[in-house]
Amino acid sequence: MTTQEQHSVGLVSPRLFSYEQPFALQNGDVLPGFNLMYETYGELSERGDNAVLICHALSGHHHAAGYYEGDQKPGWWDHCIGPGKAMDTNKLFIVSLNNLGGCHGSTGPEANNPETGQAYGPDFPQVVVKDWVASQALLADHLNIDCFLAVVGGSLGGMQALQWSIDFPHRLKNAVLIATAAKLTAQNIAFNEIARQAITSDPEYRSGHYRTKDTNPDHGLMLARMIGHVTYLSDDGMANRFGRELKSGDIDKVLDVEFQVESYLHHQGRSFTQRFDANTYLLMTRALDYFDPARETGGELVTALERTQARFLIMSFTTDWRFSPERSKEIVDALIAAGKDVASTVIESEHGHDSFLLPIERYTDALRAYLDRAYATSAQQQSH
Amino acid sequence: MRSDLELVAKLIQPEARVLDLGCGEGDLLDNLQQEKSVIGYGLDKDAENIRTCLSRGVNVIEQDLDQGLSNFNDDAFDMVIMTETIQSVREPERLLKEMLRVGRECVVTFPNFGHWRCRMQLAAKGKMPVSSHLPHRWFDTPNIHLCTFSDFESLCADLRMHIIQRRVVNQQHEERSVINLAPNLFGSYGFYHLGRPL
Repeated sequence: MTTQEQHSVGLVSPRLFSYEQPFALQNGDVLPGFNLMYETYGELSERGDNAVLICHALSGHHHAAGYYEGDQKPGWWDHCIGPGKAMDTNKLFIVSLNNLGGCHGSTGPEANNPETGQAYGPDFPQVVVKDWVASQALLADHLNIDCFLAVVGGSLGGMQALQWSIDFPHRLKNAVLIATAAKLTAQNIAFNEIARQAITSDPEYRSGHYRTKDTNPDHGLMLARMIGHVTYLSDDGMANRFGRELKSGDIDKVLDVEFQVESYLHHQGRSFTQRFDANTYLLMTRALDYFDPARETGGELVTALERTQARFLIMSFTTDWRFSPERSKEIVDALIAAGKDVASTVIESEHGHDSFLLPIERYTDALRAYLDRAYATSAQQQSH
Repeated sequence: MRSDLELVAKLIQPEARVLDLGCGEGDLLDNLQQEKSVIGYGLDKDAENIRTCLSRGVNVIEQDLDQGLSNFNDDAFDMVIMTETIQSVREPERLLKEMLRVGRECVVTFPNFGHWRCRMQLAAKGKMPVSSHLPHRWFDTPNIHLCTFSDFESLCADLRMHIIQRRVVNQQHEERSVINLAPNLFGSYGFYHLGRPL
């Protein structure tokens, strides 16, 4: 057995949770029911006290760790999840799902609208972070998890972890918020709007009904991803990785020049169109924009956080300008003002917002130290 | 726990709100959380210290003291503690004022540059003092604002800070009556419990 195999959760397969009752959304719409695609790693303890929920970011999904039969690439957070890893499946039971409105098997724009018999497309209701959290709580019920040891998420996933702490204060012991914000800044919303415009102005978007017209706004979706991707990297990170290297052509002869960075972005954009639905992208970016839990308490984040019971770990990355350390600090300061247990760290990294998905030693060490302690404390409390 | 930290711990009321500046591995806060159920936070910027604090369940916040404490509200804490750190911050005066803004009281401990060994080395050898309580040489020391007890008390007077209590210990962090004959000469470490002007 190689070390890699020893520390991998190995072959995994997704499961489907079907909720077959009406589900009321924040915008007033009611879904007749929904499906959530999810995976689990590790074993739920008899006391059910070792469950960790992973909330995914904008373009994430349920496949966070392990391999599918025949696949070369593991899940998107495989370096963090597995036996002996930061989220240690020898101890923890990890639940990872594809959110409502997603395009990886959970009910979303690509699903059939029972009222019309056709795909929802652009008519799928606009879900928000609060709806996701409510649906995740129903999944937790289904899995017999009363209280998560931790809810963990980066970026948009961190927003879900924060919302969990506010909406279900007694159903999580720890909230781990990575590279996230209590609300987006104008600049951040602006980038999302440019991405949305790229999609909706593509003639193939067809007002969102591209599926029924048997087409896809590939070009718009590719542009949206390219814009997004640049904002997830840092200037230095890009300089170190691509510099001004050419993929092809000759600048001196001004002939067919393609920079490495151009080629990389084209590839990223193109491959994204193969695996992501444009309507889901619009929906997810809007959910990001609308998130602002302090709105319910007159704009006071401290007041919004007063009802939380969880301990918090807040992590950010030095070169992340899309979800900068300052945004994390706002959450930390509000938690301290509310008298809540919180620890925070700012990790040195040149990889910008993308850092939260990368195996950076100091980052994974901090996560491991925190979760090991959380696990040990929980076991201790139970034995008393 | 270091004996100076034990002195600090004695001043803390149960369930107090405590801020520890330069909390290191979180010894004091870990103790106060367990023994006194305080709501405590520690600021530090060392990665290894932070990892240790996380593994002990100490509320550590990665923050550079030279950036000040402007992110904390007035009166946010009952006690703000800074042990053996003031000599390495960039603006001790500003930080002291900040400590008594965010906290009602504070405790500051630091090594005494007026200790007779320091004076001897400077006077007799003409060299910057190096001793067990100040082990660094002039070019590699993090201590950029060393002072004597007398210096510190002058600053407290200038800032109209109320010295509630002063205790002086030797290198083993023990209190000895002989030290109090001439604290600024015989004391290795000073322990100051400060409050706002009366």
